[in-house]
Amino acid sequence: MGLVQLHLPAFQVILPMLAAPLVMLMARSPRAAWATATLVSWLSLAISLMLLVRVQAEGVVTYHMGGWLPPVGIEYRVDSVNILVLLVISFISAVVMPFARQSVASEVREDKHGYFYAAFLLANCGLLGIAITGDAFNIFVFFEIAALASYSLIATGRERQAVMASYQYLMMGTIGTTFLLIGIGFLYIMTGTLNLMDLAARLPEVNDTRTVRAALAFIVVGISLKLALFPLHLWLPNAYAYAPSMVTVFLSATATKVAIYVLMRFIFGVFGHELSFNELEMNLLLMPLAMLGILIPSIVAIFHTNIKRMFAYSSVAQVGYIILGISFASTLGLMASVLHLFNHAITKAALFMALGCIAYRLGGVSLIHMTGAGQRMPWTMTAFVIAGLSLIGVPLTAGFVTKWHLILAALDGGLWPIAVFLLGTSVLALLYVWRVVEVAFFRPPLRRIKVREAPLSLLLPTWFLTLACLYFGIETSLPVGLAERAAEALMGGYP
Amino acid sequence: MSPFPLMEAAVAIPLTLAIPALGAVLIALCGRRPNLRDGLMVAIAALLFITVLQILPAVLAGERPAITLIELLPGLSMAFEVEPLGMIFALVASSLWIITSLYAIGYMRGANESKQTRFHACFAVALFSVMGVAFAENMFTLFIFYEVLTLSTYPLVAHKGNREAQQGARTYLGLLLGTSIGFQLVAIVATWWLTGSLSFSEGGIMEGHVGHGLGGLLLLLYVYGIGKAALMPFHRWLPAAMVAPTPVSALLHAVAVVKAGVFTILKVSTYIFGQDYLRELWSADLLMYIAAFSLLAASLVAIQKDNLKARLAYSTVSQLSYITLGAMLAHEFAAIGGGMHIVMHAFGKITLFFCAGAIYVASKKTNVSEMDGLGRRMPFTMGAFLLGALAVIGAPPMGGLWSKWHLVLGAADSGQLLMVLVIMLSTLLNIAYLLRPVVRAFLMPPKDAIAGQGGIREAPLLCVVSLCITALGCMALFLAADPLRAMLGNLFVN
Repeated sequence: MGLVQLHLPAFQVILPMLAAPLVMLMARSPRAAWATATLVSWLSLAISLMLLVRVQAEGVVTYHMGGWLPPVGIEYRVDSVNILVLLVISFISAVVMPFARQSVASEVREDKHGYFYAAFLLANCGLLGIAITGDAFNIFVFFEIAALASYSLIATGRERQAVMASYQYLMMGTIGTTFLLIGIGFLYIMTGTLNLMDLAARLPEVNDTRTVRAALAFIVVGISLKLALFPLHLWLPNAYAYAPSMVTVFLSATATKVAIYVLMRFIFGVFGHELSFNELEMNLLLMPLAMLGILIPSIVAIFHTNIKRMFAYSSVAQVGYIILGISFASTLGLMASVLHLFNHAITKAALFMALGCIAYRLGGVSLIHMTGAGQRMPWTMTAFVIAGLSLIGVPLTAGFVTKWHLILAALDGGLWPIAVFLLGTSVLALLYVWRVVEVAFFRPPLRRIKVREAPLSLLLPTWFLTLACLYFGIETSLPVGLAERAAEALMGGYP
Repeated sequence: MSPFPLMEAAVAIPLTLAIPALGAVLIALCGRRPNLRDGLMVAIAALLFITVLQILPAVLAGERPAITLIELLPGLSMAFEVEPLGMIFALVASSLWIITSLYAIGYMRGANESKQTRFHACFAVALFSVMGVAFAENMFTLFIFYEVLTLSTYPLVAHKGNREAQQGARTYLGLLLGTSIGFQLVAIVATWWLTGSLSFSEGGIMEGHVGHGLGGLLLLLYVYGIGKAALMPFHRWLPAAMVAPTPVSALLHAVAVVKAGVFTILKVSTYIFGQDYLRELWSADLLMYIAAFSLLAASLVAIQKDNLKARLAYSTVSQLSYITLGAMLAHEFAAIGGGMHIVMHAFGKITLFFCAGAIYVASKKTNVSEMDGLGRRMPFTMGAFLLGALAVIGAPPMGGLWSKWHLVLGAADSGQLLMVLVIMLSTLLNIAYLLRPVVRAFLMPPKDAIAGQGGIREAPLLCVVSLCITALGCMALFLAADPLRAMLGNLFVN
């Protein structure tokens, strides 16, 4: 095995980390900074794909940082669960970078571009690190890296409220990661280890102690803050609404998803679903919160006229769907959740990209800005409609595949009302997407503004993701297969 | 299921979908050149009809040509299979599309409507989804095309773009999408979960999998979930859709969309529930009474409507209930009658709408009360109106006789004498609301100056020609009823 192959897991994280200061040094030349960051994001995707090949062949890929054996050293561990998360992150960042050049140029001050792309790479590095590492403390560290980088990314937004939004996110995010740290500390006190697999092996002995249960509580609440589980979602709408378009695309597709992955890892992998669900009955907490989290933000979304904010609320609702799948505590439910991690990432990224195109040409994303946009920017708006259909969960789009599995999982658990509830809430999604369609296609455009279709460098990535929404809605075997294996692995705890 | 021995049929099925779909794109591309665009549209419609005809021999021979396009998930596929009901529905829709596109050219130009390209392109998409609905092999495929049909007709309803059109279009979309997702999709998922299948199969798929109590609930969900059948109290969308230009009301809201609704009800009742199973359900009787009520109530409302299109819309609500009623009777004759009524009512009602549109284009009149003496000015139009009205009423020598005949036979044979009475009573009501415009037009003296002008002032030639063709079609169907009945009889060979 070649040297590169051997150190693939390390490269996955280190590459963007090392590239970040380099990019920052290029602050004088935005073009060079962008090119370097793009190159790195593409290389990251290549590494993820190579890891996928290895995981398919070997089952689990482990890597010992610095040659120190776990549980003493830090272990990177890629299995069928987190390979999916790695792919989502690196895929989205590889697609969003070509989109970034013109979008960022129009939305971020030019002298900040170097810092911007450096922060982007650091966020990338942090998210990839969270996903790949097999060490609890390492997860915390990467969480902080990703979070600090995203705070600064959000703060680069054009409007002054961006700073406030970033500050809000910083507060909530810090509370979240602190809780996580406290939980991890408790676990360390009780078991003397930080390695996730080792933790899973040692915890059953001390399961009955109050400390371990407190640790679980701290960790779940802490991560729930990060993944914006209702009612801990208040930081998210502002952060998404005021961040530059490209940042919203990237964060909406990856940041909450990675936190959800960590939640899954802890409650199924480390604590085991025996303890989490059978003994502590966490489904009684998660299920109502998930359902409220679907219902209330969806209704709120209907009444927002800033479309970016509207879709931010929709993101909170989508997180609800994923948590709902987790709360079924079944392989089918988990499979639906893992599928939705992927499907929602591409769907929401496509939607926010379309909004980025609109912001680029029309200067804003309020409902008023979009009046008649269907005539002025037909390609953008068509992509918007298709991605919107995927968000609703219409057949032949990626969103349908998730909804279908989620409904099956509900029926499988004997939860008839939830299956009906899921169909009913699709109508809410339909309402808020349709509002935009009606304004964009069935109202005459505002006369005084001359607008052309968005430039190709924005349009191509948007359409790439839109077609992905369609492709993965028709050819379902790849994500479904990956999700199935991931769900089985998660239900089995740590092998 | 036979593996398709006729290459033609297997090739023709995907073609029937591809032709209108590509047609829509072509029409959209030719927006700058109206003559080319409109010529193309008629050509596409004709081509579609010819392609649909290619499947007919196989179906007449008792075969069911089938094809699977894609399998989304295990057990969930986009698949098509042509059986007699779907064949008839596709034939009606595609043949009437040719005439409607001729009519639409005359109407849209005559009335100087804007955005004609979008209009015609959406029309083609609607036909594309009608073909999908007609040929769907399973409920999943049908549902997808059912929704595409709703969405593609929304721009047609909202066409005028004023407040009224937008309100109407919202009601239209809200009711149709709401019922289909809230009820129909629930029923579909439940069916799949309980029986493990969504395929339309002879004798139904419910027997032995679903208890009668739950089956009854599912039937309710299906029938109300298929909002396009306009069973009361979910019928409001149909009058609301009348803000659309008349060709839309004619082909879509008298033929394609509403017939897709009752067609789906017939499909579900025969192939998902199966008549034997359906007869045992508690809700079948309930729905039958609701359909009977809907039938009479809509007729009574129609009598009071002065606006001609609104009157015709309520008449459609009433006529659709005949078919729902036939399906709920779960009797062979009644189902055949229901199938025939799809055809007969289609020809009758499209004629009436064509006439209403022609009257609007020629004299800007929309109300029945303004039509006094109009017969002297527009003799062809009003003559055709008379024929169409007779067809909907079900009087000889019109095809409409046969469908009502079979429905009554079915009702009588299953011992539902009350239903026989309802059908008879409603026929009287039909006469009351449909013949009044004709009587006013021919027998009353002209009231105003426009109607009183001497000489014949008809609508554009294309409009008049098309409405005469469909009126004659109503008559021809009187003679052609037997092959139709024979083909529908194939539904129940086993």
